[in-house]
Amino acid sequence: MSGPGFAHRNPVRAQPGYLGFLIHRVSGLALALFLPVHFWALGLALDGEARFDAFLAWTQNPVLKLVETVLVILLAVHLAGGLRVLAIEFLPWHRRQKAAVAISAGFGVAMGLIFLLNA
Amino acid sequence: MQDTAPRDASGVLAVEIWRGGTDGGFARYEVPRRANQTVLDVVTHVQRQIDPTLAYRFACRVGMCGSCAMTVNGRPRWTCRTHVSKVAADGRLAVAPLANLPVVRDLVVDMAPFFDKWARAEGRFIPPQEPQSDFAVVKPASAKRRAADAGIECIGCAVCYAACDIVGWLPDYLGPAALNRAWTLVNDVRDAGRDRRLAAVAGDAGCHACHSQQGCVSHCPKQLNPTESIAGLKRATAWASLRGKL
Repeated sequence: MSGPGFAHRNPVRAQPGYLGFLIHRVSGLALALFLPVHFWALGLALDGEARFDAFLAWTQNPVLKLVETVLVILLAVHLAGGLRVLAIEFLPWHRRQKAAVAISAGFGVAMGLIFLLNA
Repeated sequence: MQDTAPRDASGVLAVEIWRGGTDGGFARYEVPRRANQTVLDVVTHVQRQIDPTLAYRFACRVGMCGSCAMTVNGRPRWTCRTHVSKVAADGRLAVAPLANLPVVRDLVVDMAPFFDKWARAEGRFIPPQEPQSDFAVVKPASAKRRAADAGIECIGCAVCYAACDIVGWLPDYLGPAALNRAWTLVNDVRDAGRDRRLAAVAGDAGCHACHSQQGCVSHCPKQLNPTESIAGLKRATAWASLRGKL
């Protein structure tokens, strides 16, 4: 936003719809940045089984597991956020918009925790 | 209802009002605090009693005309129906022109870009070419009538337009009010301009640019839901596209 109306601060964004938008957008950008790394990792298989297996073994370290958990949360949050947007656009309007943002964010965190429990 | 706004011992409200154009700044004024005082009352006091050069806009004072919208403590609001006690709970009141529109001077913005977009969204009734033999019967309980009813009370105050991030990021974006207007007409069974209206709102700067942040919904003083209207347009344009009508 621009103009003197926002010279102080921007309380207009202090609402769940903006938060839902922000989570969806940031998770989408982060996943887009991850995608080339993902393809590079898969591409290692083209160099032979041994190299790919060595890479997979390396990813078993705890730090990588945490990074992977963040990735799972990003994926789940982006999926749930996308379903939330589709519900707004293709289903009759519902009043529980704030709950929809909370549920989609909660779904992401829950998926991350389930992943961690199985890690 | 008793007005319980905090006030200092002298019953004076310190208010900051934007002066000048986009590069202007806030000037401080002291206004007597009164019961049931609205933000428009405060601005009017400054203009009539303190500085007659202050430029602002209002007409009806009762929430019908949509001309007195300003940014009050960072949020766009209709000032004639906004009580000081509601918005200045911490004793601070800052009044600025609406965001996302060119500032003419002080609290006055140029509304031309806002209404030009209503025209670009085909926001006018388009009658059928052939003469109608009888009155159109529109049942009040029909789905289309109810969808039109939900959006028809817009007073064109541009509060939603000022609250919309997309308008700020994409200046060509038609904005919540124009799209809401288009949606009421899409649901008008008497209207003959559906296809060209859907084509007008289906472009890059049309309904599909909306990210459903719902700032318009939370700020509309008439409690309208432009996001719901825009979602309706998204569906209508999607179906029209599948049928090859876009």
